[in-house]
Amino acid sequence: MDWITKNLPYLMAGISVGGQYALIAIGYTMVYGILRLINFAHGDIFMVAGLVVVYAATVMPIYIAIPLMIIVTVFLGFMVERVAYKPLRSAPRMSIMISAIGVSYLLQNLALYVTGGLSQQYPAIPWISDTVTVMGATTKRVTLITPILTIVLVVGLVMLIKHTKIGMAMRAASRDFETSQLMGIKINNVVSMTFIIGTFLAAIGSLLFFTNYTGVTPTVGAMPGLKAFVAAVFGGIGSIPGAVIGAFIIGICENIIKGLGWTTFSDAFTFALLIVILIAKPTGLFGEKSTDKV
Amino acid sequence: MSNILEVKNLNVSYGGIKAVKDISFVVPKGEVVTLIGANGAGKSSTLRSIVGLVKPESGNIQFKEGELAGLPTDQIVSRGITLVPEGRRVFPDMTVLENLKIGAYMRKDDLEEDLKWVHDLFPRLKERSWQLAGTLSGGEQQMLAIGRALMSKPELIMMDEPSLGLAPIIVQGVFDIIREINKQGVTILLVEQNANMALKAANLGYVMETGRITMTGTGMELLENEEVKAAYLGKAKEK
Repeated sequence: MDWITKNLPYLMAGISVGGQYALIAIGYTMVYGILRLINFAHGDIFMVAGLVVVYAATVMPIYIAIPLMIIVTVFLGFMVERVAYKPLRSAPRMSIMISAIGVSYLLQNLALYVTGGLSQQYPAIPWISDTVTVMGATTKRVTLITPILTIVLVVGLVMLIKHTKIGMAMRAASRDFETSQLMGIKINNVVSMTFIIGTFLAAIGSLLFFTNYTGVTPTVGAMPGLKAFVAAVFGGIGSIPGAVIGAFIIGICENIIKGLGWTTFSDAFTFALLIVILIAKPTGLFGEKSTDKV
Repeated sequence: MSNILEVKNLNVSYGGIKAVKDISFVVPKGEVVTLIGANGAGKSSTLRSIVGLVKPESGNIQFKEGELAGLPTDQIVSRGITLVPEGRRVFPDMTVLENLKIGAYMRKDDLEEDLKWVHDLFPRLKERSWQLAGTLSGGEQQMLAIGRALMSKPELIMMDEPSLGLAPIIVQGVFDIIREINKQGVTILLVEQNANMALKAANLGYVMETGRITMTGTGMELLENEEVKAAYLGKAKEK
């Protein structure tokens, strides 16, 4: 019993952080699945979502600020794709990658300009910021909500991809652009939809993440973004279940390491894990295997 | 008899290399038309420019009174043209049934009747409905690619090398199906290296060489033509 009360907070934090990484990682993995692009701006969109709540909450009630944040973030994700990636659709993949890096720095610098570089206090969200006690361990309610919400959203997403027409179009486009076009699928709509879903999940992720975090700075998106990216690679980039499982594993391991008193090494662990995976299994846990028949 | 497709002075280039040079040809409604020629003659480029996968440099592509040149692929296929691509290109990690359904992606009406039609043409596809398309044999994948194209209810179906890489007995089956589909009222534009089979099936044939159309005639005329025999049918000219 004593052991549980001592370690439960770390385990709960790990599951919770894992859920937040998962919501970000899905955006990476879906965009990669369709465009074969690592969307470097994804972590920064996550940061912007945080800033929107900070500023919106000063002028309006929180229950309006949150839906507004989701709309603004999704719109930003949509616009980034239309402005920075779509014109490069037939360009070499390196060009679009560099464009993504450009967007990432643009967003960071805009945030620096707006915030003046100061950490902005994230408002307390009622109910989910409340403290609760689970088996003698105190935590915020968000820690308990995150994994449940993550699983609900992931199940919803998997159903969408498996059973709807747009989901079928997404699966087709992630395989073969040309043949998808021959089926009458509008590739641009499919790509936009992918960005909309990815940024929507990142917006929810940011809400959960910042509730547990001190403040929003212009570079705050980098670390969770990078870890979510590692999670996506770990699970096999392009695979949604892979990204989710990878994110939970990374979140839990990281917090167990913190629990053992090695907080300094928790980030190093994540990236060491990435190197080991890339050596041992370059396609990740559920990576695409090429089964093309010629 | 009217022409469903009229191509006039079509030019197609890839990065400065002219693949199709000023070709003109027609596809009469309800017939089987074939475009034969060696590798690199520009046959595939011609089909790809008709469906808008490559933008023609210049020229007109008239389909049922409407101009296609310059339109995006999804709009072109929605007018009733479809292309069975070279190498089949089925979606390997979707089931056979899903592959057929995605063929009807643009349609909003009921698919049951057409699904039955395709299943009657290819009973094998019905048996394998729940199998992943990637696990089918080459011949079955070709059947699936054709079935998938039929699901869009096309008026003109273009096929790029449907016999490529298939065993002779399967090739015979593919050509039987082509005749059967044509009999049911679908116009067919067939691109083939297997000139013998293609010309036998076709009402009208064109021979393409290095981007130009060099000969034209009915399937029978071309089969009897000495130059065609020498170049594509592997028969020496009689002296």
